[in-house]
Amino acid sequence: MNTEIKERPLKKVCIICAKGTIEDVYATLVLANGAVMEGIEAKLFFTFFGLDAITKKQMNKIHTGTVGNPAMRMPGGLPFPSVLGMLPGVEAGVSAMMKSQMAALDIPPVGEFLEMITAGGGEVYACKLAMDMFKLEAKDLWDGCSGVLTVGDFYAMCGGENTQIIFT
Amino acid sequence: MAQKTIAGITVDVTNEGYLENPGQWTKEIAVEIAREIGIELTDKHFEVLEFLRTEHAAGTQLSIRKVGNSGIVDIKGLYTLFPGGPLKYSSKIAGIPKPVSCV
Repeated sequence: MNTEIKERPLKKVCIICAKGTIEDVYATLVLANGAVMEGIEAKLFFTFFGLDAITKKQMNKIHTGTVGNPAMRMPGGLPFPSVLGMLPGVEAGVSAMMKSQMAALDIPPVGEFLEMITAGGGEVYACKLAMDMFKLEAKDLWDGCSGVLTVGDFYAMCGGENTQIIFT
Repeated sequence: MAQKTIAGITVDVTNEGYLENPGQWTKEIAVEIAREIGIELTDKHFEVLEFLRTEHAAGTQLSIRKVGNSGIVDIKGLYTLFPGGPLKYSSKIAGIPKPVSCV
């Protein structure tokens, strides 16, 4: 019996971002940029709090949550008590530190990262339902956004051979 | 270590076809690797290749963002020059190692 499985290269990724923290948004951006750099088509769908990443007002102000994240540690590896994360300014400080560490690795701010992805042919979409919920209009979105979609519109883009939907 | 004859010169290559030693690179080799990928090199391509080789020799970890900020070509232009692999293909043609950057 021939058990050999032939791998076929990935052709398209459709990535859904529903959360607005640094780690969720950047996971989406890194995956999408990495895809277009490999010649893989990328469609990005931002919904719920993920919309912050493509909303002009918010996109360069995203934070990481400092409460309820057991993987978060102090620099040096000591535990980071959640109660500390509640203090004013701590979330902003931690977020600034995360951003500076990413900048040192040549990872750009959100707006520039989105531009890199679209320069490579990636497409960025906003979720219609979440836009309505948050009372957002097309003019509030980042200018490179390709449009506002319903879930059905988004699924219609996810067809084709060797396509994967990724939910960050 | 694998060897391959490109443009009449025998060079050491990785199993993915990247040159092991950037010092063995010549413009003729670049033209032939590019042709295998399906790219016809222009002067603009060579400007990017020279930039990559200089930065690599200086120990820089390359990214498409660095090329985009080089003043030679923007990121969109880089995708146009090296479709389907702006950093991967340009590095391969420039005779430098496969990029390890995720950006």
